[in-house]
Amino acid sequence: MNIVVLVKQVPDSGSERKMDPADNTVARAAADNVVNEIDEYAIEEALVVKEAQGGEVTVLTVGPDSATDAIRKALSMGADKAVHVSDEAIKGSDAVQISAVLAAALGQLEYDLVICGAEATDSQMSVMPALLAERLGLPQLSGARKLTVDGGVARIERQTDGGYWAVEAPLPAIVSTWDTINEPRYPSFKGIMAAKKKPVETKTLADLGVDASLVGQANATTQVVDFAGRPPKGEGVKVTDEGDGAQKFVDFLAGQKIV
Amino acid sequence: MAEVLVLAELNPAGGGVRKTTLEALTAARAIGEPSAVVIAAPGTAAGVKDALAEYGAATVYVAEAPEIDEFLVAPKAEVLAQLVQEKSPAAVVIPSSPEGKEVAARLAIKIGSGFLTDVTEIAADGTATQVAFAGQVIVHSKVTAGTPIYTLRGNSVTPEPAAGAGAEQAVSVSVSDAAKLAKVTDRVVEQKSSRPELTEASIVVSGGRGVASAENFSIIEGLADSLGAAVGASRAAVDSGFYPHSFQVGQTGKTVSPQLYVAVGISGAIQHRAGMQTSKTIVAINKDPEAPIFELADFGVIGDLNTVVPQATEQITARK
Repeated sequence: MNIVVLVKQVPDSGSERKMDPADNTVARAAADNVVNEIDEYAIEEALVVKEAQGGEVTVLTVGPDSATDAIRKALSMGADKAVHVSDEAIKGSDAVQISAVLAAALGQLEYDLVICGAEATDSQMSVMPALLAERLGLPQLSGARKLTVDGGVARIERQTDGGYWAVEAPLPAIVSTWDTINEPRYPSFKGIMAAKKKPVETKTLADLGVDASLVGQANATTQVVDFAGRPPKGEGVKVTDEGDGAQKFVDFLAGQKIV
Repeated sequence: MAEVLVLAELNPAGGGVRKTTLEALTAARAIGEPSAVVIAAPGTAAGVKDALAEYGAATVYVAEAPEIDEFLVAPKAEVLAQLVQEKSPAAVVIPSSPEGKEVAARLAIKIGSGFLTDVTEIAADGTATQVAFAGQVIVHSKVTAGTPIYTLRGNSVTPEPAAGAGAEQAVSVSVSDAAKLAKVTDRVVEQKSSRPELTEASIVVSGGRGVASAENFSIIEGLADSLGAAVGASRAAVDSGFYPHSFQVGQTGKTVSPQLYVAVGISGAIQHRAGMQTSKTIVAINKDPEAPIFELADFGVIGDLNTVVPQATEQITARK
């Protein structure tokens, strides 16, 4: 069973995240970058499937040079090798364009299963699995809180409000996971050391056979026209409960015509 | 006037049109004349046509086939693409939901267009407003390739009725084999709730770690019910097993933007704020005066939620 896990390096949502006014893109270079949180669950799920079925887990990421941190995390958890697509021309690409790059990279890999996180914290678009399913003609098994792979069929419980849908498809398929699917393991010291020796292949657009005219901000399918910091809320009212806290709260609601 | 296609989002099991569809019809009117598109299992359109017309649909395209419900997302995207290619609309507006965004994404690839997700407003010239980084940055964006596709965030636009002709037009459905790969074999409801849905509710009452137990969440529910509100939970509360994940508000849960958000026993970490920061009015109840949530709150009570919340519920109920 060959599994490819997609990971994304994103600005840490715990730090201040910014847009770059020079070109209206997400300021990635200046940020503290981390592995997209939900991707850790995707990596874990890939490892669980590999441990049950045998095979190999390859990590794939598109990102600038600093994205090696995300790769290293996945390798130290137990992934076997990595492919890092890095090319100056990709900067400022939108989701549609990135999906073209990822699809080309996947086209050069052998896989039975592609696993990724359901949503990235920077854009919160939650569309990459759908874009890739469309481009590659793969069944889309997105939004999983549970995955079982058995006899060439992948079955998920797709999280919904108040329950789930049982969805299944023959392999190869693309699965995306929520954080309800498992508990990601912490890399062991041994795993961290072993990661340093695992093969990481770097590829450029030329290696993928993707024309530079398809990517980059100038060729994007959407453009940010402008942006502004949201005006901060004014100072709110704070009261300490001395037996009257509830009353004051309800009075506030009445003032807002809510009760 | 230019035609704008609006994909109707429906409640399951013949439950009618979702409020998000009425919001989308309203938003679409800024850029053209909306036509509603119903892509669903056979027999669905009859029950929703009138509601769609009431909110401005000039035409109601009806594309019904059993495959729509039998396979995940792909058939809907395929049928919508066929309709877009046939009708050449000025734009497509889809309510933002996990499925809505996936349909928009697949449609974008099929028709070679760009798409913008979770927009809160669409201007007459097609510029859309989005909110980024946990509500900290407001962005204006445009689609620069093909037919603009927007997914509209729930609770951002107030639905306004506007009588439309609602002329029904049947659309022939042909679903390719490629769209019939991910089969839906079951739909399981685990919690039936009579409360409003989180992303649609105008009031949300959320509980955090401070609620301290699953049993004690009943006081959160009590306050919510007195206000006709939806119930939410912080990640800490969900991870501790106090409340189910489908009610989680925050970075790895739902994003809500209600008129009123009441955060009870929630410290206000950035991961939570990401999910509720754009709520119009925010109230916080927490015994820790230093809790970051108070920085966001229009009104805050420093106190024990176990006293304040039941008292408030009683007083609100008494006022009714």
